Amino acid sequence: MTKIASKTGEIKDRRDSAPGEERITENELAGGLAGYLLGFGLAILLTIASFLAARTDLIYQPAVVSALVVLAVAQMGVHLVFFLHLTTGPDNTNNILALAFGVLIVALVVLGSIWIMAHLDENMVVMTPHQAGTMP
Amino acid sequence: MTMLGKLDWSAIPFNQPIPLGAALGVFLAAAAMLGWMTVKGYWPYLWREWITSVDHKRIGVMYIVLAMLMLLRGFIDAIMMRTQQVLAIHGPGYLPPEHYDQIFSAHGTIMIFFAAMPFMIGLMNFVVPLQLGIRDVAFPTLNSVSFWLTASGALLVNISLVIGEFARTGWLPYAPLSETTYSPGVGVDYYLWAIQISGVGTLLTGVNLVTTILKMRAPGMGYLRMPMFCWTSLASNLLIVAAFPILTATLAMLTLDRYLGFHFFTNEAGGNQMMFVNLIWAWGHPEVYILVLPAFGIYSEVFSTFSSKPLFGYRSMVAATMFICIVSFMVWLHHFFTMGAGADVNAAFGIATSVIAVGTGVKIYNWLFTMYGGRVRFDTPMLWALAFVTTFTVGGMTGVLLAVPPADFVLHNSLFLVAHFHNVIISGVLFGAFAGFTYWFPKAFGFRLHEGWGKAAFWVTLAGYILVFVPLYIVGLLGMTRRLQHIDMDLWAPWLRVAAFGVLVMIAGAALQITQLLVSIRRRDKLRDETGDPWDGRSLEWSTSSPPPVFNYARLPHVEGEEPYWRIKQRASEEHSPDRGEAYEPIEMPRNSPTGFVTAFFSTLIGFALIWHIWWLAVVGFIGAYATFVIFAWRDHGDYEIPANEVARIDHDHMAARSTLLRSRERPA
Repeated sequence: MTKIASKTGEIKDRRDSAPGEERITENELAGGLAGYLLGFGLAILLTIASFLAARTDLIYQPAVVSALVVLAVAQMGVHLVFFLHLTTGPDNTNNILALAFGVLIVALVVLGSIWIMAHLDENMVVMTPHQAGTMP
Repeated sequence: MTMLGKLDWSAIPFNQPIPLGAALGVFLAAAAMLGWMTVKGYWPYLWREWITSVDHKRIGVMYIVLAMLMLLRGFIDAIMMRTQQVLAIHGPGYLPPEHYDQIFSAHGTIMIFFAAMPFMIGLMNFVVPLQLGIRDVAFPTLNSVSFWLTASGALLVNISLVIGEFARTGWLPYAPLSETTYSPGVGVDYYLWAIQISGVGTLLTGVNLVTTILKMRAPGMGYLRMPMFCWTSLASNLLIVAAFPILTATLAMLTLDRYLGFHFFTNEAGGNQMMFVNLIWAWGHPEVYILVLPAFGIYSEVFSTFSSKPLFGYRSMVAATMFICIVSFMVWLHHFFTMGAGADVNAAFGIATSVIAVGTGVKIYNWLFTMYGGRVRFDTPMLWALAFVTTFTVGGMTGVLLAVPPADFVLHNSLFLVAHFHNVIISGVLFGAFAGFTYWFPKAFGFRLHEGWGKAAFWVTLAGYILVFVPLYIVGLLGMTRRLQHIDMDLWAPWLRVAAFGVLVMIAGAALQITQLLVSIRRRDKLRDETGDPWDGRSLEWSTSSPPPVFNYARLPHVEGEEPYWRIKQRASEEHSPDRGEAYEPIEMPRNSPTGFVTAFFSTLIGFALIWHIWWLAVVGFIGAYATFVIFAWRDHGDYEIPANEVARIDHDHMAARSTLLRSRERPA
């Protein structure tokens, strides 16, 4: 069975559809299970890879942080595609835009806060922890 | 450890006549109201038609009723502050410092969270589905939950008047002042739980309206065919969804500090109170635009309708709205230029702040050009809109002035700043709310508001507003800081007296507005709007009857361009009939549900219990709220059907009235 019915009723080759786009019909038991299992497998693999990168000497040590960031982004991608069914299909424009908006706002607030707080920290009078603790 | 936590008789302010008297007055008025409704037997009606209603129009009206009550409460606080400052020149005045601090904190909190927000959300709730040509919002029961949670928060703030105290920290409880070391009482806890509970309601509204606008437009209503108010509502609700979680998280961290001994914002154990200021304004600045964007939408509708012209520069208006939506997240540091982030950070945020004014500037010119060459009608909504354009521009310019960091170092925390933000919020949001209220009132209730009283209220309110805030600008420049409980400078005294006189004028304005409402209700038969189109409107809400039937539209409109209703009118007057001649179909509508009311009841219990550390009651509240959700989730029937012949019968009367209107319009043209 490589044929699936799309929303519009036309029959489409399953190999032609984006990952995470599997349609689930209501009366099919465990419908779409393959997609979830694939996503679960990928997520587990990425998690194991992260632990391997952090706990072993497999990769060049100063690059560990970068490797973890890459693996984390990949992990997010797997979740978005296989569990949240985010695809590049035309009926998914709203979801993509919502994601882009969310990422933009989070980036603005987080990076902005880091920038502001770093500058505030830099401009603070140098104090010992004891002095800081006794300030009003 | 007692049954009632920290609550005992000392919580009631028996020794303070002002709050006790006010509370007694409110209590007696509420009791009289409840008694009257019981005697008249209105409860079944209220329960069936309003409290359990999931109709977006009813919920919108309830939001606005709540907002108007809270507007009065916040206004009374404002009157007390202005009179205190006049009476406390070289003297103590009549409000002791700890009471005065509660008054200005309650004024800000109530005006923003429980007057301005519900007013705007109420108008969006009522208008957006009608303008989009649909039957309800995406999640009708959730809408009811949102409203009742907001009401629950408002109730908690007002309970603090009698039981305990309110925060003395200002409307944003800056740490470390709001930590238990400096605010050991329940005031800040009232603030936290009231805002958290109503904040959940606001967030749910944001999700609901974003979904509605993105997914539920009438056939043919593309994004660039939506009325401007729908666009600004979309932007405003996107901002709610993006910004309110920041508020919730920040206040949750402060709650953890106060309840469980955490150190997010304390001075010890690695806490950083500056992080509170940073985070609260990362929400606080978008909040400003959450309030003002819907108002910009209202002005757009009003300018276009009362100039008898399409909105000038529709696409640039859309672009400006979405520009403001994004850039509003890039300016928050201008609320704390003086905290010490240094020149480069201040410069970047100062420039961003000046840049955001460009978006608003585009809108101002669009409104002016909408009027240019149009047949301008000076009805009350248009008067509010004109007052907005003129006075808001002044407020905008003082805002751009304050956006320059060196100027802000001189003016921050002064009454100049207070005058600036009242200038933009009152003429931006409040005038917009009044314009929208007058504009859509006939749609909601089927009769117009009385024009004479409305115009009188407008002129008096405008005069009072100028008389209050121009002197505040001046005393700000003369060095007066905000939130002073007594005044020792003779230089400021005359201006404070002028401002106090201005408040008297504004009281007269409020009285005139209440009179307008009462007179209009009494003369409703004369002011009746038979056709559903009292202003010669251009968007879809004017194509249905006033008030609209529960299903809004007997047949969903097919939209073929911008200003769909204007096109329908044009075409219908050519064809001599507004009827498309299609058959009616039965309509499914969502059933009433007490879920919202019951959830809010338990939320109020949770809030009150957590404020007073009555842990068992909090547990009871949580179980009750969760059980309510489970019961709602297991319901069998969510919808009921209105049969086709019933739809036809309701629509027939309306179509008859409309045909008469079209014939009468045809003759002069």
